[in-house]
Amino acid sequence: MGAILLVAPALLMIGFLFVYPFGYSVVSAFTDNGEGSWHIANFTKAVEFYSKDILFTIVIVSLSTAIIGILAVAIAGYLTLGENKTAVAILKWLYRWPLFIPFIVSAQLMRTFLAKNGMMNNILTSSGIIEPLAAQSYLDWRGIVITFVWKQTPFVALLVAGAMASIDRTTIDAGRIFGASRLRILIELVVPQIATTLMVGLILSYVVMLSVLSVPLMINAQSPTMLTVDMAWRINSYGDYGVANALGIMSYLFTGVVAWFYLRQSLKDKGA
Amino acid sequence: MVQATLSSNWVRMTTRVLTMSLLAFAIFGPITNMLLWAVAEVWYFPYKLPLEYGFSFWERVFRPEGNATEALFSSIWIALLTVVVSLGIAIPAGYALARGKMPFRYLIMLLFLLPQAFPAVAVHMNVARIFYGLDLTGTVMGVVLVHASQGLVFAVWIATAAFAAVDGELEAAARNMGAGRWRTFIDVTLPLALPGIMASAIFVFLISMDEFTGTYFVGAPDVVTLPMLLFTSSMEGNYQIASISSLILLVPSVGFMLFIERFLKADVLAKVGS
Repeated sequence: MGAILLVAPALLMIGFLFVYPFGYSVVSAFTDNGEGSWHIANFTKAVEFYSKDILFTIVIVSLSTAIIGILAVAIAGYLTLGENKTAVAILKWLYRWPLFIPFIVSAQLMRTFLAKNGMMNNILTSSGIIEPLAAQSYLDWRGIVITFVWKQTPFVALLVAGAMASIDRTTIDAGRIFGASRLRILIELVVPQIATTLMVGLILSYVVMLSVLSVPLMINAQSPTMLTVDMAWRINSYGDYGVANALGIMSYLFTGVVAWFYLRQSLKDKGA
Repeated sequence: MVQATLSSNWVRMTTRVLTMSLLAFAIFGPITNMLLWAVAEVWYFPYKLPLEYGFSFWERVFRPEGNATEALFSSIWIALLTVVVSLGIAIPAGYALARGKMPFRYLIMLLFLLPQAFPAVAVHMNVARIFYGLDLTGTVMGVVLVHASQGLVFAVWIATAAFAAVDGELEAAARNMGAGRWRTFIDVTLPLALPGIMASAIFVFLISMDEFTGTYFVGAPDVVTLPMLLFTSSMEGNYQIASISSLILLVPSVGFMLFIERFLKADVLAKVGS
């Protein structure tokens, strides 16, 4: 009984600040701003107005997740299998920097770095890699993907590198003895053993990217844009909580699909 | 034969150096760009580097009536209050979850994860609406509560892990010597769990310092934190102010990254989430 009392304030807090607003958003999405009868008019309106943005959001977040996965495995793989000690040490020092840089700061960094006259184009033209006239702004969907990948790869790489460090080295050594290349060892021996950690990292990143407002707002708020921007816009300009919450429910669903996929996979793994 | 090995070694070496340089450019390029903006007095197209360097924008940001000083102080004040609220709730909860025989323990732990596991915008806009009815929008308390809901999972999970890592036999020894339950907690358990609790305090502090979405919905335009100032100055094209605010936000974050291993001991890390 005493234990429950000690946990009670924390539970009340979650109830008030998460469970209640969450329920509120569901009710508001299926009614007229929390009043009247139940209907799906908010959803038809949301699809009618924002179908392009819904697709855009799914594509951006999926693409970013895929690139983050590949880069994180590559970085962690080199940290685990790399033979040149100096290179491994440099990489270890290098890759973590964006880890604790807030999203809003990352967005500001990229806003100036990727602009048409930004530092990236300046360096590319100065070094003769591209013609000055070919310089273009990356502040569109590419900018969002680059920012997401820049910010989230270190997080997944850190998790994956930790998991790779703790796997049994004998399988790797066996692969080596049989003459498998390092790439093959990584893909066929190492990655399957850390798949769960990789998935957890990627799912967390996916949800985080789905809920970030500052990055799309600061890098690409034109159409098409991400659902978070649409939600903020619906509320700040129209006070339309119904449609905003319908969009919110969709972003819950995108999260739900991934979570369901993960649970099914991990149950299968446990059953095997 | 020797020649071939040498040249293949050379190719390997070059690829390694090239890849590392490319990665270094990708990571430090945007950061350098921000550092340049933070000290640029005059910088416009087509010039590739600032025309004049100086600190006049810093002076403007840090003069007492400048809004950045105010934003910095309100950020720090809100972050400190968020730490107090979160830890005040997380320490008893963490102790109970680590020690007590709790029904549905797993489910309760999972519940604290939910605010992180669902898209934040969708929840925060409704929090703002509920707060509006309670006169909490535009207040420091409202912003602190929103920040605490985001930080709670770290506070509770790390505090639970920290208490779980405390050797139960030491507590039993204190009890045998005649110390009461409360005395044992204050003199034995809490000091032993302190490094872990410090780590969770730092986590919560940083989350609050960096939080944007909740402040945007609940606090704006009355409560201006550093991220809010960064956002408005960036949208207005005032890159100097935006870069200086970014830099101020970066210092605690990067500092924490460099010291995280000191605060989060391996035995605590191993118990997080278990």
